[in-house]
Amino acid sequence: MSVWDDVVGQEQAVAVLDRAVREPESMTHAWLFTGPPGSGRSNAARAFAAALQCASAGCGTCRECRTAMDGTHADVTIVATEGLSIKVKEARELVQEAARRPSLGRWRVVIIEDADRLTEQAADALLKALEEPTPRTVWMLCTPSPEDVLVTVRSRTRAVRLRTPAAADVAALLHRRDGIDLSMALYAARAAQSHIGLARRLARDDGARTRRHEILTLASRIRTVGDAVAAAALIASIADEEGESSSAERDAAERARLLETLGADPGARTQPPHIRSQLKALEDDQKVRAKRFARDMVDRALIDLLSIYRDALVSAAHAPVELVNADHRGVVDQLRSTLSPEEILHAMDAIGQARERIDANVPPLLALEAMAVSLRLPR
Amino acid sequence: MSNLVLIAGPETLLIDRAVDRVLRSARESAEDLEVIRIAATTYTAGELTLQASPSLFGGDKLILVRDLDEAVDDLVTDLDTYLSAPAPDVALVVTHKGGQRAKRILDALKKAGAETVDAPAIKSDRDKSEFVLAELSAAGRTARPDAVHALVDAVGKDLRELAAACQQLISDTHGVIDLDLVTTYHAGKVEATGFRVADAAVAGNTGEALRLLRHAFAVGVDPVPIVAVLASQLRQLVKVDAAGRGRSADIARQVGLAPWQVDKARRVLGGWDSEGLGRSIQAVAAADFEVKGGGRDPEYAVERAVLTITRERRRH
Ligand SMILES: [Zn+2]
Repeated sequence: MSVWDDVVGQEQAVAVLDRAVREPESMTHAWLFTGPPGSGRSNAARAFAAALQCASAGCGTCRECRTAMDGTHADVTIVATEGLSIKVKEARELVQEAARRPSLGRWRVVIIEDADRLTEQAADALLKALEEPTPRTVWMLCTPSPEDVLVTVRSRTRAVRLRTPAAADVAALLHRRDGIDLSMALYAARAAQSHIGLARRLARDDGARTRRHEILTLASRIRTVGDAVAAAALIASIADEEGESSSAERDAAERARLLETLGADPGARTQPPHIRSQLKALEDDQKVRAKRFARDMVDRALIDLLSIYRDALVSAAHAPVELVNADHRGVVDQLRSTLSPEEILHAMDAIGQARERIDANVPPLLALEAMAVSLRLPR
Repeated sequence: MSNLVLIAGPETLLIDRAVDRVLRSARESAEDLEVIRIAATTYTAGELTLQASPSLFGGDKLILVRDLDEAVDDLVTDLDTYLSAPAPDVALVVTHKGGQRAKRILDALKKAGAETVDAPAIKSDRDKSEFVLAELSAAGRTARPDAVHALVDAVGKDLRELAAACQQLISDTHGVIDLDLVTTYHAGKVEATGFRVADAAVAGNTGEALRLLRHAFAVGVDPVPIVAVLASQLRQLVKVDAAGRGRSADIARQVGLAPWQVDKARRVLGGWDSEGLGRSIQAVAAADFEVKGGGRDPEYAVERAVLTITRERRRH
């Protein structure tokens, strides 16, 4: 067993990291983990942290390994933002923390899971620490692509590029780690296009599978402009549902935690001004996050929708490629037999355009309506 | 001007104006004035001392601290220290929206002889009416009481909009401002403008739609809500169209509209087919994208969407 077991489909990256653990001259003080969403950036960083702390280079079973992996190791700080930006104050605190010697481990490790959410000022604050490394301190920044961080930060870190793992590798991981039945794991890994977190949710959550089914079958149901407007409303409401179910509980927990940190009485009818202003700041952040999350959910739905047209195109070309949506063969066949390859491409463009528009702040419903009008099947 | 200025009160428009005024007069007396803005919420200890120290090249400095009421503790501490011995060649301007936070700095400023400017809340309709009269009289204009009421009714929800409306009346009209003038200009809220543009557009009335649109832009109406109304009107038409025959009340329940909206949509739909509605929605989505920064000329983008809508309508 080894800490690298769960870092699936990343042989090259693991080789580099493993060498850094074993050979001091291959080690450096700052790393930038990049890779598409769901490729396991943060997982890889945690495994690396564990291997650095472990007496046998990442056995995966000792106390050091286990605590580093689950985020409770005293010398491993993990910054997870979940959609909030990382502000300069937080960055300064991290820099201070990183300057301390490790308390009991071999290294002091700071992992920033969403380094793309560092504000420019926050990134500047980190820069000093990256420029003048502390001997036993290692920084690990994770972002989708190297361009997501300031070039000054990028140039002071070593890049570890993760790739999209094969669906079979993701399925094996879900099976081994989460005890998910192998055929379900394989279905989920394919359907999620190897996004590990998403695959796990699909495998475990009935609701997520139903929502995906509704999105995919839309492709075969839009015939009139009326259908198109209804389909857009459906996609938007599915995204909202997904967003609401995931955020309400977390918002309340964050509020309670903040009140506790400030030593405020959670039952008080009105809070004193300095607490009110902090609560307001939290609520503002939560609103931003909820909006971003709903957008992410719409985008995810559109990626799913895109995949079924891609399947239709692949199958029309008789390409020897596995279908993403093998479980929706009927929809794929219907699209292939009713649309020409040009029309399929046109539909894919419309979906891409909607994603671009939503990204530019066009109200999702309007962007989806315009897209759905282009997705109408011939009557 | 005093070296210390405190602008206190909850009305942000008045605060902004006071800040502008102070900056303008400071610039008049010192041409190469260096204005340093300190962010109260992200302030770090020592910044103030650093900024207030004499600059390498000499010259006057003005330090502007906005929203002291949201300041971090470090800033309050540093201001306290600074005020015990203010630098002679540095002007300090502080704004505070109210509340107890950093109260001791307010007291210290007053004790040090700061010039104080009030920015009192303008909340009640009476406050707003007085505000309008003051705005007008500053420009040497007067208005009839019913005109003032109508103006407050139309755009009074937001003081900035109210101020902009006064400015517009001042610059676009002559003589005593009466009710007719106000209704012509402000019947007239943003949404109302959007609805009138949308009504004219879906009725295929190109001239009227464009006239309303250009007028709206000329008086500074934001294109974003206009596009939003165009989209929602088209959406309603599609829904009512797709719902087919049936009693208005039933259709209204089914598509989530009021019965009169269904009746109105049905009258409009006589000149439309669904293909045209589809293309119109696509044009509006494209315009929204351009308005949100995807294009260089947002107003033209909206105009083009309106033209697409009236053209689609006219095919029938
Ligand atoms: Zn170990």
